[in-house]
Amino acid sequence: MVRNIFGFIGRKSFQLSDFFLDFFREVSGLYYLTREALYVTFIEPLRGKSNKWGPIWYQMDEVGIKSTTIVFLVAFLLGVILAFQTAYQLARFGALNFTGALVGVAMTRELGPLMTAIVMAGRVGASFTAEMGTMKVADEILALETMALNPVKFLIAPRLIAILIMLPVLTVMADMMGMLGGFLIGVTTLGIDPVPYIDNSIDSVKLMDVVTGLIKSGVFALIIVMVGSYMAFIIEGGAEKVGQNTRSAVVVSMVLIIIADLLFTTLFYFIT
Amino acid sequence: MTEADKNLMYFNPDEEESPKQTAATAPKDAPEPKPEIMMELRDVSKAFGEGDQRIMVLEGFNATFEKGQVTSIMGGSGSGKSTVLKHMIGAYKPDSGKIFVDGEDITGFNQKQMDTVRKKFGFMFQSGALFQSMSVEENVALPLREHTDLNETTIKIMVKLKLEMVGLRGCEHLKPAQLSGGMIKRIALARAIALDPKMVFYDEPSAGLDPISIGVIDKLIVDLTKKMGITAVVVTHELPSAMRISDKIIMLFKGKIVFEGSPEEIRTSDDPRVIQFINGSPDGPIPFSKSQVDLGEELKQMNFL
Repeated sequence: MVRNIFGFIGRKSFQLSDFFLDFFREVSGLYYLTREALYVTFIEPLRGKSNKWGPIWYQMDEVGIKSTTIVFLVAFLLGVILAFQTAYQLARFGALNFTGALVGVAMTRELGPLMTAIVMAGRVGASFTAEMGTMKVADEILALETMALNPVKFLIAPRLIAILIMLPVLTVMADMMGMLGGFLIGVTTLGIDPVPYIDNSIDSVKLMDVVTGLIKSGVFALIIVMVGSYMAFIIEGGAEKVGQNTRSAVVVSMVLIIIADLLFTTLFYFIT
Repeated sequence: MTEADKNLMYFNPDEEESPKQTAATAPKDAPEPKPEIMMELRDVSKAFGEGDQRIMVLEGFNATFEKGQVTSIMGGSGSGKSTVLKHMIGAYKPDSGKIFVDGEDITGFNQKQMDTVRKKFGFMFQSGALFQSMSVEENVALPLREHTDLNETTIKIMVKLKLEMVGLRGCEHLKPAQLSGGMIKRIALARAIALDPKMVFYDEPSAGLDPISIGVIDKLIVDLTKKMGITAVVVTHELPSAMRISDKIIMLFKGKIVFEGSPEEIRTSDDPRVIQFINGSPDGPIPFSKSQVDLGEELKQMNFL
């Protein structure tokens, strides 16, 4: 009986230690890949090995231009929903005119960057993992290595640059679409005067709100591309693993995005 | 002095200590000079897994690969062929032992040093490993674009020349998905020789091909080796093809060399393991079961509670 209990505790603690070992192995793997990616993308060009623009343009098109529709749609509808929800509350205080201010601040500070990042984690992060994972399974990444080409520089660097540029750009557009959505609903359905709506919006949305949103979206971009790439590079085996890791890439990047969002929001709360 | 004696002499362990001296101090009465050594694996051991699941894949593996010759590494699945190949391209580091390329010890090389060595290599993968997102031309041109400063016109011409060598000029615009298995291997070969390497590794060049395609690939391997003086290392289990193209055949079983010599010697060998491999018979010293533990033992240890 006693032996059983101790055996049980022993087994459980070994399982737990295995779990933590695995966890820290993944974290350190992700850290080293990120370090390497940042090095080859930003330091190596300074030492004479410049990045090629062809793949970067291609990735910017894939990551940015082709995501505009879904990002616009989500941001616009989000602005509409926000306007309805805030108007419902504000009307009780007779402060209906401040709907525009609330929508503007919420979109630029929080929802614009966050929703864009989450949409992109699903759309782009998943495709990164699936594409590079299939390359890994088909030995294409090993082929790059045998050709003395660094797969990190060849595959991750263009994607990293592309998403670091495009995600903040999309975020700005999402902010504007959200405010437009709020404005249209405010003016047409809620019966707010257009002029005070715009005045209030301009008064309350500070440049700092947009800047903090953009800093956040830069961090989100790094999370999306690094988690997506890491999940692809660790694939061993076949199609089944590609599917599993694509799924984990999306889940992990969404969780990390929320955690990073919390950290940065806290930081900005205290320093601004 | 027969071919076998010469080979045996060549692999005398005393002489292997210094590969460069071997060529210089070759006996004067030898009919022809010893071929120069391009690559050497010395006492390479490698194990995978940890604890109980630790499996020795290579044990004290010794081999040399001479310049301008085709050396085939043969053996059943799981005999360690691919592991040898991955050591040679630096994808694996040996647990013990040393690997020499062109007289350089590459065992402790870092990523950057390894990249300079890898530019001397071409590698043809079993699956071809062509980049699916690129056309044939872009695939073959990739090493040229990344490693040379040639202008676009020169690269286009070089690609045409390489494609002509493998007999597929005119397929530049096709995507790998539109090619047949044999064509993929030929394009992969064109890509492998794009930078005019000193060595080309072929991983199962004839696996999954029809006899005519196998013949074509074999001819390409021999032509490239003899005409351009490239050292070829072929990992294969297709015996007829290996017999046709090889200058030397190394036969592996459980990570150890069981036979090493010319195709002629392999035919006349009386080693039962070699005979079993040549005849392709399921019964013999190479067991049918891959299991490490005896079935009876394993059943006894199973817990049915």
